[in-house]
Amino acid sequence: MVKSTTKDARDLFHTLRSAYVATPTNLKIIDLYVCFAVFTALIQVAYMALVGSFPFNSFLSGVLSCIGTAVLAVCLRIQVNKENKEFKNLAPERAFADFVLCNLVLHLVIINFLG
Amino acid sequence: MGGKSEPAKSESMATTTTSPDLINSSFFSFKSLKLKTKQQELLLRISILGLVYILAFIARLFSVLRYESMIHEFDPYFNYRTTLFLTEKGFYEFWNWFDSESWYPLGRIIGGTLYPGLMVTAALIYWALRFLRFFVHIREVCVLTAPFFASNTTLVAYFFGKEIWDTGAGLVAAVLIAICPGYISRSVAGSYDNEAVAIFALLLTFYLFVKAVNTGSLAWALASAFGYFYMVSAWGGYVFIINLVPLYVLVLLITGRYSMRLYIAYNCMYILGMLLAMQIRFVGFQHVQSGEHMGAMGVFLLMQVFYFLDWVKYQLNDTKLFQTFLRITVTSAIMVGGIALGLGTASGYISPWTGRFYSLLDPTYAKDHIPIIASVSEHQPTAWSSFMFDYHILLFLFPAGLYFCFKRLSDATIFIVMYGLTSLYFAGVMVRLILVATPAVCLISAIAVSATVKNLTSLLRTKQKVSQTGSTKGAGSSKASSKVTLDQSQPFQKNGAIALLVGVFYLLSRYAIHCTWVTSEAYSSPSIVLAARGAHGNRILFDDYREAYYWLRQNTPTDAKIMSWWDYGYQITAMGNRTVIVDNNTWNNTHIATVGRAMSSNEDEAYEIMRSLDVNYVLVVFGGVTGYSSDDINKFLWMVRIGGGVYPVIKEPEYLVNGEFRVDKGASPKMLNCLMYKLCYYRFGELTTEYGKPPGYDRARGVEIGNKDIKLEHLEEAYTTSNWIVRIYRVKPPTNRL
Repeated sequence: MVKSTTKDARDLFHTLRSAYVATPTNLKIIDLYVCFAVFTALIQVAYMALVGSFPFNSFLSGVLSCIGTAVLAVCLRIQVNKENKEFKNLAPERAFADFVLCNLVLHLVIINFLG
Repeated sequence: MGGKSEPAKSESMATTTTSPDLINSSFFSFKSLKLKTKQQELLLRISILGLVYILAFIARLFSVLRYESMIHEFDPYFNYRTTLFLTEKGFYEFWNWFDSESWYPLGRIIGGTLYPGLMVTAALIYWALRFLRFFVHIREVCVLTAPFFASNTTLVAYFFGKEIWDTGAGLVAAVLIAICPGYISRSVAGSYDNEAVAIFALLLTFYLFVKAVNTGSLAWALASAFGYFYMVSAWGGYVFIINLVPLYVLVLLITGRYSMRLYIAYNCMYILGMLLAMQIRFVGFQHVQSGEHMGAMGVFLLMQVFYFLDWVKYQLNDTKLFQTFLRITVTSAIMVGGIALGLGTASGYISPWTGRFYSLLDPTYAKDHIPIIASVSEHQPTAWSSFMFDYHILLFLFPAGLYFCFKRLSDATIFIVMYGLTSLYFAGVMVRLILVATPAVCLISAIAVSATVKNLTSLLRTKQKVSQTGSTKGAGSSKASSKVTLDQSQPFQKNGAIALLVGVFYLLSRYAIHCTWVTSEAYSSPSIVLAARGAHGNRILFDDYREAYYWLRQNTPTDAKIMSWWDYGYQITAMGNRTVIVDNNTWNNTHIATVGRAMSSNEDEAYEIMRSLDVNYVLVVFGGVTGYSSDDINKFLWMVRIGGGVYPVIKEPEYLVNGEFRVDKGASPKMLNCLMYKLCYYRFGELTTEYGKPPGYDRARGVEIGNKDIKLEHLEEAYTTSNWIVRIYRVKPPTNRL
């Protein structure tokens, strides 16, 4: 059971890797950005675990800005991906403009919340 | 669309035949008018919406016309006072305001404990009007804010109906919600309360979110986040949105309607909405710490899992491998989520549901544990008569609309069905929440009306076309090809359709009559001015409340402290401009219990409590002379219960006789000697209130009072209003000790 699970896991890993290499470059850049944002959030959580959570609003605004921009980047990826049938009428410039606008609002609120 | 252009054509025909001298000049325009049906339809829609906008506004103006432009009830006076402060001192002072004039000696951090949306909205309208050189008083703006936003709600209802069904349903929804008594009750002119703006914000948020789910656009999701922010700033009922939207997403996920548009809409709205909501100090960190908001976070994490699984499935293209992966991920996700939730709840980091909202899930909770929530009349469960009174025909159109929604299921109709069902459940638990259910009921009923009328009129029109192409009339007997099933029973179907249309028209006209009658009779009373019919049928006004508050304002020292029951606190600070001990905010139960204890104790004990609180004046409301039944004697048992909840020395059975509350000779001695009894009935024993009854006859209770010879030792009467409704007593300083 364990052996088949590890074999499955390794198969999974290889298949995923080979499929991922085939994705277009612009999507890979977005994915890199998402990973960077999530990584920053994890670092902030680790720091909070070390020194405590006061002031809480600063911690929240830091973590939520990372999560927020990651989520918005994922939304951008969805809208820009040519293989999504639902969004083939949406110009990528419009998707990017929406992304920039939402990020602007996000960071303005974060700056107000940072304290 | 077909049903609407038919009356448009007859309308244009009617105008040209009644004005023959214009025919020649308008001959060309008539010909061109006839061709452009789309423009006619647009004109019709805009004129209908314009009329509905005006109708919604003027239907709410009954009390302004009958009495005057004043603020009603209790809570609006606090909102008025804070708006006045905002316009006078500016936003910074308002946001950081610590008020020492209420809850003496504790004070209240007003800046951090209110929902600023309503005040900021009224202040913005006020400043905009002043910029245009209309120098109105802020009170006028406050009084008319609610009707203005009710008109705006009808517009949002139109767009929402268009999104869910079509333009016809949108128009009917706008008309229904413009005059629906469930909404009018809390948005008449003068009812300057949070719900006036909050229902507009609620419907706007829902509309923008459904639009975002339908289009999958980030811009609409951002707009819905702003709508949510406005709702959070306006009313504590925003908890309904933050639970309904995740529930809706969950239902979509379960029914297999997961899509990329849903992911974009929900995630953008959740993150941005949550961040914006935390800017309101009163809400604070509740979105990450309170149990009521955890559902939204859970669904957020679930959406990430769904997206991830979807992406992996797409990459793999191999079902067997995917199944194993699915198994691993789902089990680990559920385990992690369960452990996190368990840890959070057990360690107390995630606070449990607060009493106000828990009592919605368990209606018996408040009665046993929190008497202050149970004592508010708006929090009682709803009777059937209230539903009928507030909704009329919408009550049976609602199930019909549900049927239509289920026939044509889409993401939008699922949403409105869920909104309708959940809000109706809560409306059944608490009378006040009929207001939240009203937009859903109106929208779903509009779908029923619009779909029915459309089917009936299309029956009529198809019948006409068939007869024009020359098929046999009265071909009821022929059993020929009935592909067009209309052919078979033609005459009866046309008559049936006309009869049903007349029936629909009759129902809608009865609805309009009922709504106008309800608004005029039941929901336009300012509560601060009472009206009654005199012996000759003329109207008598009792303006005692304002008389008493202005007496306080003009005849007491500026630092005087007034003790009264918490109902009147806001009005005393707003109109009397004096410090009060407790007011309607009810944030400190012990303080209220202290006042309750003072009112229920005998004069000596009460005097000690009053000296400890620096009380200078005591205010009581008494309805014995006028027969006014919402006075302090009728509320007295709640004072006893709330006081007894904190001070066990006050025992409720001591004030009752055989479980019955009496004020006549057979009343319990504790009742006959308590401070509230003495203050209400002081000198009342000498007064004859009704012809043929002995002096001291209490018209509100319908009995002759027990203790007529009342002597006050530590208080003296300062002022009694002309109809004895409000009575003010001065607390005497302690006598000199020798």
